[in-house]
Order: sequence, then structure tokens, then C-alpha cells
Amino acid sequence: MALAENVSQVDEGLKSELQKSGVFTTTLESLYNWGRRSSIWPLQFGLACCAIEMIATACARYDIDRFGAGLFRPSPRQADLMIVAGTVTKKMTPQVVRLYNQMPEPKYCITMGACSIAGGPFIDGYNVLRGIDRFIPVDVHLPGCPPRPEALLHGLMKLQEKIDSQKIEKTEWYQKGLKREFLIPEFGPNGLMPPYNPEIFTPKQTRKITTGK
Amino acid sequence: MKSLTEIQTDLNQKFPGIAVTIDGTSLVILKENWIKVATFLKTEPEHAFDYLSSVTGTDYKEYLEVAYHLYSVSKQHGPLAIKVRTDMEKSIVPSVTPLWRSAEFQEREAYDLLGIYFEGHPDLRRILMWEGFQYHPLRKDYVQDDQDRPVEQF
Repeated sequence: MALAENVSQVDEGLKSELQKSGVFTTTLESLYNWGRRSSIWPLQFGLACCAIEMIATACARYDIDRFGAGLFRPSPRQADLMIVAGTVTKKMTPQVVRLYNQMPEPKYCITMGACSIAGGPFIDGYNVLRGIDRFIPVDVHLPGCPPRPEALLHGLMKLQEKIDSQKIEKTEWYQKGLKREFLIPEFGPNGLMPPYNPEIFTPKQTRKITTGK
Repeated sequence: MKSLTEIQTDLNQKFPGIAVTIDGTSLVILKENWIKVATFLKTEPEHAFDYLSSVTGTDYKEYLEVAYHLYSVSKQHGPLAIKVRTDMEKSIVPSVTPLWRSAEFQEREAYDLLGIYFEGHPDLRRILMWEGFQYHPLRKDYVQDDQDRPVEQF
């Protein structure tokens, strides 16, 4: 992922002259992205054991606040980032999608741990959703069971790189007529209805598991 | 606590012809006799099983089984394991919730996940799956409809 290039039209000689008198030149985009990536406010919610590692990341030893993402917000209206930390059960899925819909643009999503990526050890369970990317778009997939705090910090840095690479004039949340409401599933007689959002997810081919026979 | 064979003898003397058998470390009781045996085990001062710690359902494909673990807090003994079996289609077992309140939620769970109907339960509703869910997911023949793995591989 390429960072947004910090190319300016200002002559290099003039630039260094200006710097001597305390004037720095940059592009608006770099400044804007620097501001956005340095104050990502995550949504404060956890679903299972990965949330414990997320809490550890927020504590003094790892201190996610060094990256500007330490202000966990209790309301989706103030949050920029959803860290889906833990097993997403089918019963919890509508609430998770609804929270994501309620977050203001621009919004990002990190799936933390094997369960929220693909169901993890519960992939054949009757009650676990096989990955939250069936319903909401995911920016960073963060494997582990659970991922260590360093891994969450690494995922956050990857997300910062992604934010840095976005262009203001091309980002979709500044386009006209943006409608990013994701479908909220309903409880059906045998599982969720529909089982995935066909607009953002295509299921892979049926898994073949070979046994020892 | 008396040994398992002593309790079996006690029950056979008290209720002749109820055919209590021993399976491993537990008593197997026919479901028709279960309520009177449970009342006897709870009220008889010698046994005084006043605490029911667990109710568990199991699917053995040929039949369904409910396992109970009884303790006595007043006499400081236990556990006594009891198994009650029922068939797959008409899976009805008498409820012991009127005797031990702790059975209420666990019987609801066994009903929800295995489809065992507890006759006499005051409030037999699903407890884990949502209302409107039509199957019993811990039964061996349950198939998810959004499964992405061939059924024959289970």
C-alpha cells in the first residue's frame, strides 16, 4: 500500500529557506490524513476473549494511546473504528451490523481474532457467524487466537497506512449520494436470513475436508 | 451416603417392580417412575437430596437421555447420578422443577437444544436460541441450512 505522496510544487531551495524562518510547506492531503490517522477513536465493545487482549492493549504496558487510538468511545456516533474483538454469534450479528451502520463516515473495521474473521474453532457450530465480513466491509483482518497486543498494534498501524493512502477527492464519503447502510439480518427458522450480504460477500466454494481414511 | 446398590435396594423395596438398574456409576430409572423416585429421594430423611446441581441432555441416536446430579446439603453427601431415558420421537420426561427450582433453566436448555419436553414445567420456552427457531441444534440429525460444508462429512 503506497502512502499518499508528499509532493509539493514548492521549489526545494525556497522550501529550506522557508523552514529556516519557521514556515513548513506540505500538502493539504498529508496534513489531513496525518490528523485522521493520529486520532482514531475505537468503539468500546468486546464480544469474547479477544476483548481481554484489546483491554491489555489499552493498558499501560502496550498503551494503544501512543498511536492516538486510546479514546474508546461508548457510543457509535463518536467512533471511527470498530474492533470486532471476539466470537460473533448469530444472535449478536444484527446488533453488530446496526452499530456499524450508526457510526459516522469515515469509518473503519478491524476483525480481531480467528472467530470474527471466519468463525475460528466454532466454524461448524450452529450458533456462530462464519466471519463478520459476511455483513460489513473489513479493512484489516487480524489473525490469532487471540492476537497478542503487539498484533493489535500492528493491525492498527496497517490501518493507519491505509488511511494515509486515501485521497480526499476520491474517498467515497465525500461523494454525493453516498448510502452506506448495510443490511441487518433477521432471525430465521434455521439461522440468519439472509446468511450473508450478497452485495459485499461471495461465499467460497464448499469446503472439502479430507479425513484420515 | 449409601452405596449405589443400597440405594437401588431401598428403591426396589419401597416401590416394588419399578426396575431400577445400575449403569456404571449411575442409577437408570424409567421415566414413568421418575417423579415418585425423586420425591422419595428428596423427602426421605435418610437420603435428603435437597440440591439438584445439574440437568444434562444427551443424544444417543437411538434414544435421548437426561442425567441428573443430586447432592444433600443438610447431610453433606453426594453426588448421586441418575439417568432417565426417553425415545427420540415422543421425547417426554416429567419435570422436576416443582421439586428443585434449580432444574428450571437447565430443563429449558435441554428442551431448547435437544427437544426434550419436560411435562409439568411451569415455563417451557427456548432459552438460548431465538423465538421462531424451529430445530433443536444439538440433535445428531440437525443440519444447518447455511452450512458451507457437505453434510456427509459430519
